[in-house]
Amino acid sequence: MTSDIHRAVDAVWRIESARIIAGLTRMVRDVGLAEELAQDALVEALERWPSAGIPDNPGAWLMATAKRRAIDRFRRLKVLERKYDELGRELESQVEPEYDDQISDDLLRLIFTACHPVLSPEARVSLTLRLLGGLTTDEIARAFLVPEPTVAQRIVRAKRTLSAAQVPFEVPEGAELTGRLTSVLEVIYLIFNEGYSATAGSLWLRPDLCQDALRLGRILAELAPGEPEVHGLVALMELQASRLRARVDPKGAPILLPDQNRALWDHLLIRRGLAALARARRLGQALGPYCLQAAIAACHARARTAAETDWSSIAALYDALAQLTQSPVVELNRAVALSMAFGPAVGLELIDLLTKEPALREYHLLPSVRGDLLEKLGRLGEARAEYERAATLARNERERDLLRQKAARC
Amino acid sequence: MRFMMIVKASTDSETGVMPSQEMIDAMMRYNEELVKSGVLIAGEGLHPSSNAIRISYPVPGGKPKVTDGPFAETKELIAGFWIIQVKSREEAIEWAMRAPDPHGGGQGQIELRQIFETEELTDNPESIAQENALRAQLEKQQQKQ
Repeated sequence: MTSDIHRAVDAVWRIESARIIAGLTRMVRDVGLAEELAQDALVEALERWPSAGIPDNPGAWLMATAKRRAIDRFRRLKVLERKYDELGRELESQVEPEYDDQISDDLLRLIFTACHPVLSPEARVSLTLRLLGGLTTDEIARAFLVPEPTVAQRIVRAKRTLSAAQVPFEVPEGAELTGRLTSVLEVIYLIFNEGYSATAGSLWLRPDLCQDALRLGRILAELAPGEPEVHGLVALMELQASRLRARVDPKGAPILLPDQNRALWDHLLIRRGLAALARARRLGQALGPYCLQAAIAACHARARTAAETDWSSIAALYDALAQLTQSPVVELNRAVALSMAFGPAVGLELIDLLTKEPALREYHLLPSVRGDLLEKLGRLGEARAEYERAATLARNERERDLLRQKAARC
Repeated sequence: MRFMMIVKASTDSETGVMPSQEMIDAMMRYNEELVKSGVLIAGEGLHPSSNAIRISYPVPGGKPKVTDGPFAETKELIAGFWIIQVKSREEAIEWAMRAPDPHGGGQGQIELRQIFETEELTDNPESIAQENALRAQLEKQQQKQ
């Protein structure tokens, strides 16, 4: 019975925690303190709800409890400092907002705070999952295969950094918005990608992380509906997630796009992805990097068989993306698309230029793609060497196995 | 995990009586909350069974039988559904509890059914064993520190 309640409280927490922490941060002006107060309220819920039952509106109960604790704390502190006295009185006079624009504004502010550039990328990821995703430190540690104390420390330090830097609880405006939004989108996509092709460990996929990232993205799309790149990112994640089931064989080994059984693709997610991309396009701005990547994913999603893929459109989209990002990894993908559209020799020409690129020196996909093109051109000895080099560079065990198999068949 | 929240049919939904404005507003608010929370994957309302077609297989290996609606057993029919993506069974229940009574008049009923996921993604025994070994190794390293 107690564990039933415990799990029910967990579920309430998952749904409500971000809104509660966001509302409290606005009131107490410190995200670390806000989270502490929300946690205190959760502990109180775990003590009371087993006997009293779960209240009709558990979110409001948690919020009221946390707020009362904030007032108590400020009363105790007011003898020490005048500003706490003011804060305490302000809190008491504040009327609770309904689920409305105020809560949406607070949530958006919380996202921008958790993804603030003063924090390291790892800290942004941990704090976002913790504050917005409602994950426990242990869940975050498991997802990223790092010890729990490391994550706990990251979060404590991140909160301290935000406090010390006096990061205001606000949504950035004007010129600042673009850069700050980029950071938010990066954090969400980083979480998704860690789930989609885990960089370390024996599992190629961590679907739970993909789901966490998707949920964050979908929430953000409702909070900032006028930002095409937000919809672009959501579209990209929905379309990539639609292939999750087709991406591993029964033994957990990866299956790459051309070999996937398209009947296993999740057509509900494809529909959602295409709708999100259409939503981005309706905003009428030039397509940014996430929209372009989503448009590429959409070309794959629309092809009923691998042979039907519109590779020349994909090559054109990669060209646009390469101009925006100047990224050698994008150039590598463009080379793949060109080889599919116009033959392996065309792709190889571009790849050979990329082998001089210092940023790709340790990147396993460069020799992997080069090996593939050489194999198609019948240059098997060279292909084998490239596959073997790729295998030594790959960090994921499953991927390494696949590359060794390819080397063996040349 | 995904759940389908199935709204069972009622006498009103089966006879095509339109829901009250109050009910429509409550449903809109609920849908909006599901969307804003990032859990709604899909949701649809269905025509009454007078519009339905049933295909049954009374004789094994024989030709299927096609029957036009309406169908009598109102309580067994469905009037609509949502598909939600959640973290736990309890979260699904919590969301379902927040839905408005879909019909009123004592006939409202929502049924939660979990949707099958591809097994390989979540509980492939070999992957899980490897994962656990890795975790044990990690904990050992941690203790040494």
